Amino acid sequence: MPSFEPVIGLEVHAELATLSKMFCGCPVVDSTNAEPNSSVCEICTGMPGTLPVINQRAVEFALRVALALNCDIAETSVFARKNYFYPDLPKGFQISQYEMPLAQNGWLDFETEDGDRRIRIRRVHLEEDTGKLLHREGYSLVDFNRSGVPLLEIVSEPDMHSTEDVKVFATSLRSLLRYLEVSSADMEKGIVRFEANVSLRSKGSQDLGTRTEVKNLNSFRAMVKALEYEIERQGQILMQGGEVQQETVGWDETRGVTVPQRSKEEAHDYRYFPEPDLPPLQIDPAWVDRIRNELPELPGAKRARFVSKYHLTPYAAALLVEERPVADYFEAAVAHDPGTSPTKIANWLTGEYFGLLNLAGVEIDRSKVSPQSFAELVAMVEREDINATSGKVVLEEIFETGGSPIEIVEARGLAQINDPQAIMDLVNQVLGENPKQVEQYFAGKTTISQWLFGQVMRAAGGRANPALVRANLEQALKNLEESCRSGE
Amino acid sequence: MALTIEEVRHIAQLARLKLTPEEERRYTEQLSDILDYAGRLSKIDTTAIPPTASVLPLRAPLRPDAVRPCPPQELILRNAPSDQEGMFRVPPVLDT
Repeated sequence: MPSFEPVIGLEVHAELATLSKMFCGCPVVDSTNAEPNSSVCEICTGMPGTLPVINQRAVEFALRVALALNCDIAETSVFARKNYFYPDLPKGFQISQYEMPLAQNGWLDFETEDGDRRIRIRRVHLEEDTGKLLHREGYSLVDFNRSGVPLLEIVSEPDMHSTEDVKVFATSLRSLLRYLEVSSADMEKGIVRFEANVSLRSKGSQDLGTRTEVKNLNSFRAMVKALEYEIERQGQILMQGGEVQQETVGWDETRGVTVPQRSKEEAHDYRYFPEPDLPPLQIDPAWVDRIRNELPELPGAKRARFVSKYHLTPYAAALLVEERPVADYFEAAVAHDPGTSPTKIANWLTGEYFGLLNLAGVEIDRSKVSPQSFAELVAMVEREDINATSGKVVLEEIFETGGSPIEIVEARGLAQINDPQAIMDLVNQVLGENPKQVEQYFAGKTTISQWLFGQVMRAAGGRANPALVRANLEQALKNLEESCRSGE
Repeated sequence: MALTIEEVRHIAQLARLKLTPEEERRYTEQLSDILDYAGRLSKIDTTAIPPTASVLPLRAPLRPDAVRPCPPQELILRNAPSDQEGMFRVPPVLDT
């Protein structure tokens, strides 16, 4: 049985977070909830006699991304008309870039469970987004608010060979777009859109098989499922000696299958030609240098620094750096309390705290818990002023109220009982009250010690130092056993 | 560089033009002549000439990213053959 290897490349479109559109001054609005056709003018609807003028910030944002992806920037690039008829395209063409894109030949490095990856970037170019269609029974409705919004297209080489590669590439790229503050990269709102081209080849071969283009990938989960399905489908065809058709397929989320979309041959006959209304775009190398110097620390570099500076595991560091506000929060917390182990802060952050944030649907930069309070909380647990269970209770409370952890610990009497004598008293009290269970323990049912431990913690109102309770309980049981024996 | 009549029909279809048989013949001839004329350029030796992006001595001006008020929705919708719920109403579009 021949063994196949998938060959996958991604085409990514990201709406840029500029104030105005690519070629006119219409505001960029949230096209999922703005009044339809309220941010539309004669330029973005392509009325005769209008002329496009390039938005400088859109070019700057595109350059940021191109530089972060290690691309060669073209000093001269050319806009082109991509011609096709579709009702979401008021002009009958889309202004895009074709033969001379803004940037080419870059790469993105990232780490997967199976090791380091470098995916080559073929090109990065600027274009304009199309309008939105609403399909109704018997007719369609068109909203042009999105028409003309700056759109960045990033095309990778077909360097990915597993759905895991694709998922990590896509999340890394989204993370990069957010770090660079050029796009919200929100997948659900369609601000960032991924399309994959997939083919199979015999393992070890360097040839490329016939590929299909997979669209309608609205979440990372959908992307992985669609690709798994498409790899399986193509594998079945090839195994039976068939041929894969070159076509565009769409992922049908409800049925869990890919279905062929446009199959008309002329669908890809776009008759590109240079946009006569726009002279070539000249990029001043000094501008590129300035943008390069102003690039923030990028996720890959930040992750490496977190590992070396804070001695975090690569996994913990990757979790922390995916979103820049989380990484900043972590560093602010560590800086507030350098005595507390960064690993402990990272664990509390990616564990309990992420859980609370996810549950409440709150972004960390909107949280009521300041990095300082958070660091104090972790420090209290580390100093054993409170135990981990109380720590969780306090975190929940400051998450709700934004109060000071120290005050809450005092007000609620959560300070940990660390006094060995006090703990021994509690242990003796519990053993005295439960002679039956103690008997069972001596009869060989040693698991009952866990129950006894629970009783002591309960008697302490959850505040006792668990390690001390465990040690004291063990000691007390041992003493009892010995005194029983010597008494016989 | 003769165009075939099939190519002319394909181009007409892409441009959503409906041609009579007489027009198809005429445009096949005319478009072929135009291509031949422009094709003379390919005979020029360009090995010593750098690629030219534009013949105009211009660079695209850039505008600052500033918002400008848009015309009201009613004005834009006046260009719609039919409208509904603030949107252009068009014949059904099928994605599949």
